[in-house]
Amino acid sequence: MSEHIEAQHGHDEHDEHDGVSQVHATLKGYLRGFMLAAILTIIPFSLVMTGAFAKSGPADALILFLAAIQIVVHMVYFLHMNTKSEGGWNMLALVFTIVLVVITLSGSIWIMFHLNDNMMPAAMQDPRNLP
Amino acid sequence: MSLHPDLTRLIFGRLTWHEFLPEPIVVGTFIVVALGGLVLMGVITYYKLWGYLWHEWFTSIDHKKIGIMYIILGLVMLLRGFADAVMMRAQQAIAFGHTQGYLPPDHYDQIFTAHGVIMIFFVAMPLVTGMMNFVMPLQIGARDVAFPFLNNFSFWMTVSGAVLVMMSLFIGEFARTGWLAYPPLSGIAASPDAGVDYYIWALQIAGVGTLLSGVNLLTTIIKMRAPGMTLMRMPVFTWTALCTNVLIVAAFPVLTAALAMLALDRYAGTNFFTTVLGGNMMMYVNLIWIWGHPEVYILILPAFGIFSEVTATFSRKRLFGYASMVYATVVITVLSYLVWLHHFFTMGSGASVNSFFGITTMIISIPTGAKIFNWLFTMYRGSITFEVPMLWTVGFIVTFAIGGMTGVLLAVPPADFSLHNSLFLIAHFHNVIIGGVLFGLFAGLNYWFPKAFGFKLDPFWGKCSFWFWLVGFYFAFMPLYALGLMGVTRRLSHFDDPSLQIWFEIAAFGAFLILLGILCMLIQFAVSFIRREQLRDVTGDPWNGRTLEWSTSSPPPKYNFAFTPLVHEGDAWWQMKQHHYQRPLGGFIPIHMPKNTGAGIILGGISTVFGFAMIWYMWPLAIISFVALLATAIGHTFNYHRDYYLSAEEVAKVEASRTELLAHV
Repeated sequence: MSEHIEAQHGHDEHDEHDGVSQVHATLKGYLRGFMLAAILTIIPFSLVMTGAFAKSGPADALILFLAAIQIVVHMVYFLHMNTKSEGGWNMLALVFTIVLVVITLSGSIWIMFHLNDNMMPAAMQDPRNLP
Repeated sequence: MSLHPDLTRLIFGRLTWHEFLPEPIVVGTFIVVALGGLVLMGVITYYKLWGYLWHEWFTSIDHKKIGIMYIILGLVMLLRGFADAVMMRAQQAIAFGHTQGYLPPDHYDQIFTAHGVIMIFFVAMPLVTGMMNFVMPLQIGARDVAFPFLNNFSFWMTVSGAVLVMMSLFIGEFARTGWLAYPPLSGIAASPDAGVDYYIWALQIAGVGTLLSGVNLLTTIIKMRAPGMTLMRMPVFTWTALCTNVLIVAAFPVLTAALAMLALDRYAGTNFFTTVLGGNMMMYVNLIWIWGHPEVYILILPAFGIFSEVTATFSRKRLFGYASMVYATVVITVLSYLVWLHHFFTMGSGASVNSFFGITTMIISIPTGAKIFNWLFTMYRGSITFEVPMLWTVGFIVTFAIGGMTGVLLAVPPADFSLHNSLFLIAHFHNVIIGGVLFGLFAGLNYWFPKAFGFKLDPFWGKCSFWFWLVGFYFAFMPLYALGLMGVTRRLSHFDDPSLQIWFEIAAFGAFLILLGILCMLIQFAVSFIRREQLRDVTGDPWNGRTLEWSTSSPPPKYNFAFTPLVHEGDAWWQMKQHHYQRPLGGFIPIHMPKNTGAGIILGGISTVFGFAMIWYMWPLAIISFVALLATAIGHTFNYHRDYYLSAEEVAKVEASRTELLAHV
């Protein structure tokens, strides 16, 4: 009998053994997240409305940067992710996701840049660009 | 037709009577399938099995039954996919010079497309998912998967996709684009008929199932392992299942997005992958292979896991280099995202891009090679018994090594420029997919069958099947290597050079041997069922196994384990046997169980209707079925009667009957 533990509730009792603790969502946390998310939305929105976005340049970069921060705000305040939540699995999954997204995006941009350069009709017509 | 033409068009879209059964060959197939179906229905009705099937199987959310249903789906679709293969081999063996063969090019193109799509999405994927579904929860000492209903729903979505592909055989036609449907050929201008739409909707619907099952199994492994089973004590098959499901969750959304954009191009007139208005079809190829290469490892990793379990069990030894096996698996998981360009070296990237991806491809063969050595060292000085699963494993090691070497050859960009799209490539990927994935799944099938049904598979017919498959494989694909080196390209339905014919005849003979292998396997199932009393295993551990699935009865009770096992080291069941483990005979407590539900099969059925309506532009039906889909899904969330407790007396009764069986051993 020492080989066993009591398993009264089937699968829902497994929650504890990974050292997982319940997340405590608070109204204050949600409000703070909401404020941040709102601000991070209003800035790009105003950039577009004022026409600053039309002249491409720093506005593009700023919007992308704010979008990236927005993602982090959502993860921290709404998805309650931190380095310890779910026994560290959330953090691991996030790191893995970032690695894959970076590989996919940078790889695609690199490849498509090459393909555009070598294979698109404009490049093909220029004899110097022929392989 | 008395209906007004406009009304007919509104209801039936572009579907007309001309779309039904377009060719004599198809009519013949339809008659055979229809007769077979009628006989099957008749038998089920005669023996009054509909209620049993509905209550015990179709609505079941038991991971073991869902796993078995996945495997049955995979085997049925294997017959369809193999029929396509035989038709292609027969056509290529005779279509030389003035003889055009028996298949018109238009039909031939559909066959090679359907063959690829079916073999990957509806044979290999269901078999792999089924194997993981059945075995993995048992290996980690869990009672079911994390989300039991989702599991049933995933299965029926996969079936729904398979049904759409089968429908395309008789109503309209299938895609003629090759299994990845590259634009612009798959665009609306070049393929205006319903074929590509069948392709898109079948894969999108089945993809929902695959993705959700990936989430489900991943959560199960992370959250539901028995106490004491740390990650480094997990059986290797569970490890490979973990990595495969990580790959599924990360890669399948890319396929979904790529196909969604292709669908928008076809339905809404967008220009993602067109040749005009800024579209770029090379982006489709890039995206589809970002999914496609991890997909290869999604298929092969569980097969590696099966070989690891089989080799250790039948060599009576611990697996050699468990930790290195785990690290190799994880390294393959990450590296599989770094090699996708090797599928299109010839599309026009520069030397820097091609050499980068060529080198990463060569690097990924290193952990794979390490695994081969681990299996060999496990066998070294072990007391090996050549049961059927072990035969498949040895056949795999030899065959896969050849396939791996031709793969490294193809990874060299300059060599790839002459081998790309040739039959050499075809021979290579069949070499790794048949010799790796399929052999692994057959090994697993023979290995875990007694666990699922309580009796072993007949070894004689199993060995016949193995030898026909193995020899047939070499006859069928070695000639293709030679032809590929001579420069013969893939997907041709007719040849001018008569000197090539002999090679295709040898390949066709190989396909015939494989046919015998498949027939032997079907005979094996039948003979095993008839002889089930002689093949019966009551111990639950017929192979003297090492992992937890062998600690429970065969077939396992609904709840898998009366008490959750406690794990102290790897090879948990082996260690328990060494310590003279005693089965607990009393002190049972009620077990919390999920209830069966019909929601999964209903949602799958509505999805089929929705897909069919979208394919044929039947907009009112599409809207109605989509609303019905949402309503059913939301309605299911109000079902509060999802679980029950299996009383302690009932558990005691089941366990007592097992005690009685064991007493007679």
